[in-house]
Amino acid sequence: MTERIGVYVCHCGTNIAGTVDVVDVANWAAEKLKHQGVVIAREYKFMCSSLGQELIEKDIKELGLTRVVVAACSPHLHEKTFRTAAKNAGLNPYLVELASIREQVSWVHSNKTIGTAKSKAVVSGAVSRVIENAALEEIKVPINPNTLVVGGGIAGIQSALEIANAGFHVYLVEREPSIGGHMSQFDKTFPTLDCSACILTPRMVEAGTHPNITLLTWSEVTNVAGYVGNFHVTIKKKARFVNEELCTGCGICQEKCPKKVIDDVYEAGLGYRKAVYTPFAQAVPNFPVMDKENCTYFIKGTCKACEKFCPTNAIDFTQQDQLINVDVGNIILATGYDLFDARRVSSYGYGRLPNVFTSIEFERLSNAAGPTSGNIVLRDGKTTPKSVGIIHCVGSRDKNFNNYCSVICCMQGLKFAHLVHERTGATVYNFYIDMRTAYKAYDEFYQRVLEEGTLFVRGKVAEVTKAARKESEKGKLIIQVEDTLAGKQRRIPVDMVILSSGLQPRADSKEVGKMFGISCSMDGWFTERHPKLDPVATMTEGVFIVGCAQGPKDIPSSVAQGAAAAARVLDKILQKEVMLEPIKASINKETCSGCRICNGLCPFNAIAYIEDDKISDINPALCQGCGTCVAACPAGAISGTGFSDAQIMAQIDGLLLRNLITA
Amino acid sequence: MDNDHFEPTIIGFTCNWCSYRASDLAGTARMKYAPNVRLIRLMCSGRLDPTFVLRALSAGADGVMITGCHPGECHYIEQNYKALRRYLLLKRVLSGLGIEPERVKLVWASAAEGARFASETTLFVEEVRKLGPLNWGKDSDQLSVISDQSDNWSLITDNSSEEVPA
Repeated sequence: MTERIGVYVCHCGTNIAGTVDVVDVANWAAEKLKHQGVVIAREYKFMCSSLGQELIEKDIKELGLTRVVVAACSPHLHEKTFRTAAKNAGLNPYLVELASIREQVSWVHSNKTIGTAKSKAVVSGAVSRVIENAALEEIKVPINPNTLVVGGGIAGIQSALEIANAGFHVYLVEREPSIGGHMSQFDKTFPTLDCSACILTPRMVEAGTHPNITLLTWSEVTNVAGYVGNFHVTIKKKARFVNEELCTGCGICQEKCPKKVIDDVYEAGLGYRKAVYTPFAQAVPNFPVMDKENCTYFIKGTCKACEKFCPTNAIDFTQQDQLINVDVGNIILATGYDLFDARRVSSYGYGRLPNVFTSIEFERLSNAAGPTSGNIVLRDGKTTPKSVGIIHCVGSRDKNFNNYCSVICCMQGLKFAHLVHERTGATVYNFYIDMRTAYKAYDEFYQRVLEEGTLFVRGKVAEVTKAARKESEKGKLIIQVEDTLAGKQRRIPVDMVILSSGLQPRADSKEVGKMFGISCSMDGWFTERHPKLDPVATMTEGVFIVGCAQGPKDIPSSVAQGAAAAARVLDKILQKEVMLEPIKASINKETCSGCRICNGLCPFNAIAYIEDDKISDINPALCQGCGTCVAACPAGAISGTGFSDAQIMAQIDGLLLRNLITA
Repeated sequence: MDNDHFEPTIIGFTCNWCSYRASDLAGTARMKYAPNVRLIRLMCSGRLDPTFVLRALSAGADGVMITGCHPGECHYIEQNYKALRRYLLLKRVLSGLGIEPERVKLVWASAAEGARFASETTLFVEEVRKLGPLNWGKDSDQLSVISDQSDNWSLITDNSSEEVPA
């Protein structure tokens, strides 16, 4: 027996001592586990207190302990505390093992005899395991000071500006021709009714002209390799067919282009653009893109009107997609959301009944720069509605579609109600399940809309139909709803219906998540490291999530997250290097048979087959330490630090008290 | 010993990111569940070498609970699917060895599902209790923390467990 083990049992006040006889556990460990090397077992009121830590440090120094077991709370709470204590006393921190007898014993069981007995087993498991622990060193990795921000909506812009203003370089990648995101499509923002463009476009311009920001629009990330501090990112810059060096953004090409195309993206199908276009007048950057699918030249081989009229010869039909490689230390994903497709709720008639509009269509209708110059009119383009029904929770809080609340739809519905009332004087009905107007000044806005005379019906709309039952319903859209407050069925005829559609994850969020090595929740939103305490970090070091990519949220929350992630990135940059947990797998070259079973198992591509040696090898920089390959290797050639076979086998034996029998 | 008084000993393998945190949450929320399960933390259910399960069963456990993140929520992207594959294969191996495959159970539990962790644990203990002791490679049921044996290695010496409700 070479190890000298100290066992420390914590009372945690009465949290543990109330259900576990801690003195008995300590005495038992000292006696029954002596043969395993336990030289001292103590109990103390609060092991995590400075006095408790000093007790351990003193024993390490004076008794020459080589291993420490602390029977206390979950390792997720105080593993770091005790590891640091060991380190302070000159013991390698990875030679400390926590036995969780609070979360897994005293708090979940009420019988003291049982609690004491189970604690002994847990301590026994930890003692057996700690003998097999190896001294490990944290891995130091330098941080590349550049940052990649994916998505140029308001959240991504905020992140990029914060970091750029702090003096570090940012690559801001946007899939669409311009940054601005969904916010650029809105007319007003709730609850202040600020003009969206007035508050957004200055930020867009700032991001577009910032010396520390490289703006890559009409571009997509196609590959991500590496790890925190050292990501290698490949970005596909799609051909714009416009030379950005020469283009002045004068707009003559758009004027001269003979091809009109329905704009499904920015104008939500309500307006037109040309085949060469900028999505909107304030686009950043202001260089147009050529829509190859619709350009007459690309279809028929003749036209080139844009080229002929361009005063700077910036049109370039030979341009090709470009692959750009950049190295960054951190990545912020601000990839936003997709709007729920209202067609899926077929009973609401969107796509079938012309005067049923989606929320984004209404945003464009009400936008002064939109296709109707802000006139709220029916699909015929001229008739002003006299009555409008706004249906909340379309696709949200519905077991047939999305279970979750999309957060913004109530306020969005109220904003629509206000705008309709203000601009048309129409009678407005809101149909809601629950009115959710939490956050600053939101409920006051609700009160305001109430006072304006908007009518509220609490109940989930069953159907929107044009099948009239009486004269007054003819030519109208009839909203069939159960008024759950009055307890009766209502049929309300209106001229226009607006569906306050919910938000949902991007259609490609799973693939994007996989590319960046982060996971999605069941719904498809990116998963944060901790839902409360770490909402912008992810389980992958160096990858952060902000805005609606993480879940539905409004503009202030998106901006707050954008800034929060920037602070986290700056923190990492300023530290210049990060410490990584040394939990990694490695392959023993002597015993690897080159069967390649492990090769396909690693989702991080950390395992490569070396043709010359006919064996596989693990890149420790890419390995995340899950241990799947360790478990899979038929030759037992892969070992995993921190969770080795020997450690786990020993813990099994210890937990089952086999270690006592072999004594 | 009849099964009503049989207290199964169960080893539970947990994922560091989800089910171990679920067990932490069950603790923080003071949810009570059957005390028969002793946990081992792995970084991922994908780390679970089936031989760990066989070792646990041969070393005295009456059942093994494997827990991991829900499909699609794996911290390591998709390694829980590998755990699932191995689990299914392992059940066939156990049948071949003449051991009830129901002694091994796979449970998905996210970090938010403390209640699920607690209820699934209690449920599994009852399932194993119905199966009775495994008695593989042990000459003793004294390994059970809360069994009544007055053996040298028994952790309870005062015989009080007779009164303990399961």
